Amino acid sequence: MWDFPLFPERATEIAGKVDAVYFGELAVCVGFTALICVLILFYAIKYRKGSTASRANAVTHHLALEIAWIVIPLIISMGIFGAATVVYFEMFRAPADASEVYVLGRQWMWQIQHPGGKREINELHIPVGQPVKLMMTSQDVIHSFYIPAFRTKQDVLPGRYTSMWFQPNKVGKYHLFCAEYCGTKHSGMIGSIHVMEPADYEHWLESGTQTETLATSGAQLFKSLGCSGCHGLNATVRAPLLEGVFGHPVPLEGGSVVTADEKYIRDSILLPMSQVVAGYKPVMPTFQGRISEDELLKIIAYIKALGRNERSGQ
Amino acid sequence: MNAYAATEVEAEPSYLTAGQTIKSWLLTVDHKRIGLLYMVSITLFFFIGGAAATILRLELMTPGGDVVQAETYNKMFTAHGVVMVFFFLIPSIPAVLGNFLVPLMIGARDLAFPKLNLASWYIYMLGGAFTLWALLMGGVDTGWTFYTPYSSMFSNTQVMAAAVGVFIVGFSSIFTGLNFIVTIHKMRAPGMTWRKLPLFVWAMYATSIIQILGTPVLAVTIGLVGLERICGVGIFDPKLGGDPILFQHLFWFYSHPAVYIMLLPSFGVINEIVPCFSRRPVFGYNAMATAMMGIAVLGFVVWGHHMLVSGQSMYAGMVFSVLSYLVAIPSGVKVFNWTATLYKGSVSGDTPMLYALGFIGLFTIGGLTGLVLASLSVDVHVHDTYFVVAHFHYIMVGGAVMAYLGGIHFWWPKITGRMYPEIWGKLAALTIFIGFNLTFFPQFVLGYLGMPRRYYEYPPEFQVLNVMSTAGASILAVGYLLPLGYLLLSLWYGPVASRNPWNAAGLEWELPSPPTTHNFDEIPAAVERPYDYPLREHDRVDS
Repeated sequence: MWDFPLFPERATEIAGKVDAVYFGELAVCVGFTALICVLILFYAIKYRKGSTASRANAVTHHLALEIAWIVIPLIISMGIFGAATVVYFEMFRAPADASEVYVLGRQWMWQIQHPGGKREINELHIPVGQPVKLMMTSQDVIHSFYIPAFRTKQDVLPGRYTSMWFQPNKVGKYHLFCAEYCGTKHSGMIGSIHVMEPADYEHWLESGTQTETLATSGAQLFKSLGCSGCHGLNATVRAPLLEGVFGHPVPLEGGSVVTADEKYIRDSILLPMSQVVAGYKPVMPTFQGRISEDELLKIIAYIKALGRNERSGQ
Repeated sequence: MNAYAATEVEAEPSYLTAGQTIKSWLLTVDHKRIGLLYMVSITLFFFIGGAAATILRLELMTPGGDVVQAETYNKMFTAHGVVMVFFFLIPSIPAVLGNFLVPLMIGARDLAFPKLNLASWYIYMLGGAFTLWALLMGGVDTGWTFYTPYSSMFSNTQVMAAAVGVFIVGFSSIFTGLNFIVTIHKMRAPGMTWRKLPLFVWAMYATSIIQILGTPVLAVTIGLVGLERICGVGIFDPKLGGDPILFQHLFWFYSHPAVYIMLLPSFGVINEIVPCFSRRPVFGYNAMATAMMGIAVLGFVVWGHHMLVSGQSMYAGMVFSVLSYLVAIPSGVKVFNWTATLYKGSVSGDTPMLYALGFIGLFTIGGLTGLVLASLSVDVHVHDTYFVVAHFHYIMVGGAVMAYLGGIHFWWPKITGRMYPEIWGKLAALTIFIGFNLTFFPQFVLGYLGMPRRYYEYPPEFQVLNVMSTAGASILAVGYLLPLGYLLLSLWYGPVASRNPWNAAGLEWELPSPPTTHNFDEIPAAVERPYDYPLREHDRVDS
C-alpha cells in the first residue's frame, strides 16, 4: 500500500532537462513560501498584541525596499522564463533524421500507423535511442497525446496536423494518456509506449502479418480515387505535378507563397478552392466526405515519398 | 428578527427591521439587502457545487469506476466547475460584500443605480435557474470550459441550457461592475479622494473594469457556440470550415481575466483585515492600489498561457509566458506588503485574521505554482494534469474562498448586528486550512507524476495520493458546514454587536450595527486617511 511513486520515471534526455528546470522552480517556490511563512509567524508572535517588543520607528512605506521586492522577483522570474524557454524550443524542433509515425486520435482510441505500414491501437512500439516524430490528427474532437515519462504532450486537433518528437533513452513500458477531455470515455483513451532494444524492435516489426508501406497504400489510393487522372504524368487535365512538391514553397494565385506541408496537402484535398496554385484553373473537386482521415494520411505519405524520390533522383 | 428592534437604541430602524414582509426583501433597492439576497443565493450554489465535488472525491478513492458511471462523473465535474465559477466565485465577494460595503466605505447612501442593482440579482437568479434546470434535465458533460468541437458538435447533453444560464448570469456581472464604477466615480463623499479610498474599494473598481470589458466576450463566445450547435454555422468545427482553437482564444480571453474577477476582491478583503488586526496602516498603500490596477490590465494579455500545447506557435507561447511572469510581480508586491504590515504592529489572531494569514500563505503557494505552469517546457508536462487542478484550487479556494469567509466573519457584526462565537470561528478556520491542504497538496504530486485531470478511472499507483485528497476533502466539508451552522445560530443567539467591535478604521464602522436603510444621516464631510491605526492603538491598549 505504501509502495507508491512520488516522482515520475524519466525515459528521455529532455525529461531530465524539464526536471532540472522544475527543480529550480521548486527551489524558488519553497524558498519564497518559507520566507513569507517564517516572516508572518515571526512578526505575528514577536509583535503579538500585548508583547513588549519595541514598535519605535515603524514606517508605512519604504521606497528602496519596495523597489527591491519588485526587481529581485523580476530577475528571478526572467531567469526561470529563459531556462524553461530554451528547453521548450528544443522540444519543438525535431531532428531531421527522426522517423515519422502517424497518429490518429478518435473517441476513444489511439490509432497508430508506422511508415512501414504496421498498425497498432493504443500501443506504440519504438526503438530506444532513435528520434521519433509523431504526425498527429484527430477524427472528431480535440485529444492530447501525453507520455509522462517523456515529459511531453501535444494536443491532437481535428482538421490540422500537429507534431511532437522524442528520443527515448531507456527501455521499458510507459503510460500513454489522453490529456484533453474528449467525452465519456476520456479516461479510457490510454495506452502504452513500448521502448525496445533495436534488435527487439526489428523483430517486432517483422512479426505478424506483413502489410505494405503507407506510401504504397497511398499510391493505390492515388489511382483508385482518380487523383492520378489529373496529377499523373500522362494526365489529360492540366494539374500541378506533385513530384518533389513536399517541403517546398508553392506560389499561389494572388501572389502568396506557402510551404507544401501536411496541412497544405490536406487542405488542397478537402478544400481545393482555398489555395489554388498560381497558373492553374480552380477545377479540382473537393474530397470532403469521400476520404477518411486514415486515407488522407496514406496519400500524404505517398506525396511525401514522391518528394524524396524526386530529390534523390536529381 | 425582532431582536434587532429591541437592541437598537437609535430611533430609526436598521435596514434589517425597516420592512418585515417578503415583498420588502424581494423588491428592495437597498444595496445592503441586495447584498444579503446574494449571500443567501451564492451560499445555496456553493453547497450545490460542493455536493458535486463530494461525488467526484468519492469516485476517485479507488482507481476503477465504482460509485457512479463515467457519464455521471463527467457531468459532476462540469456541474462543480460551472456552479462554483459562475455562480459562486465570480459573484461572491463583489456581489455580497461589495454590494454591502462600497456605499458605506465611500460615504454614500446607496449605489448609483439601485434598481439596476436589484435587476442584476434577478438576472443572476434567472441564469442560475437555467443552469439548475440543465443539471436536473440530465446535466452537461463538457467541462466548465465548453471546449469545441466537443461542446458544439459532439456532446449529447444539455449544453445549450447550461450555456444560456452562463450567458444570462454574465449580464448580472456586467451590471454590478457598471454600478460600482459609476458609484465609485460619482458618489464618493466630499473629501474622499482617490488616495483616501479604502483598498477594498480599489479592488472593487479594478474588478469592475474586468467585468465590463471581459464578460461581453464570453457572451459572444457562447452565442457563437449556439450558432454552430443549433444552426450548423461553421465557426469552431473544422468539418464545417471552422477552427476549434478560435474558441479557446475567445474563451480564455474572458476566463483568464475572470480569475482576477475572483481574486482581486479577495485582495481587497485582506487589505482591510490585515491592518485592522495588526493595528498598523497598510504598508505601501500606493503600491497596493497600483498593483491591483496593474493586475487588472495585465490579466487581459496572458490568456494564451492556457494554450501552450494547443498547437499555437512556439513564439506565441513565448510571448504569453513572459507576460504571465509580469503578472507575478504585482502579486508578489501585495504579499510582501501584507507581511510588512505586520512588522511592528500589535497582532491579534481573531477569526478574520486567521483567514487572512491563511490566505497569504495559500495564495503564495498558488501564485508560485502558477509560475511553474507559465514556464514553457514544464507546462508541456504538467498541462491538463492534477498539477493545474491543485494550482487553481490554491488560488480560488485557498485564496478567494478563504478571503470571502474572512470577510464574512469580519463584517458579520456590521451586517447582522450580532457577534459569532469566536471559538467556533477559530476552530472552523483551522479545520478549513488543514482540510484544504490535505485535499490539494497531494494533487501537485499527482500532477507531476502525470495523472491527467478529468479522469474517471486512473492507474492504481495514483491511489494513495487520491485517498489522501479525499480524506482532506471530508475535513474540508466539515470546515465549511461549521460556519453555516454557527453563523445562522448567531442570528438568534449571538451577543449583540457594538458599532465597532474590532475597533477598525473606515466609515462603515462609524455607523450603527446594523446600519439604517439610508446609511448616513449626514454625508461625512471630512475624511481621514484610510487605515489610521496607530492612533487607535492606544484606545485599545488602554481599554
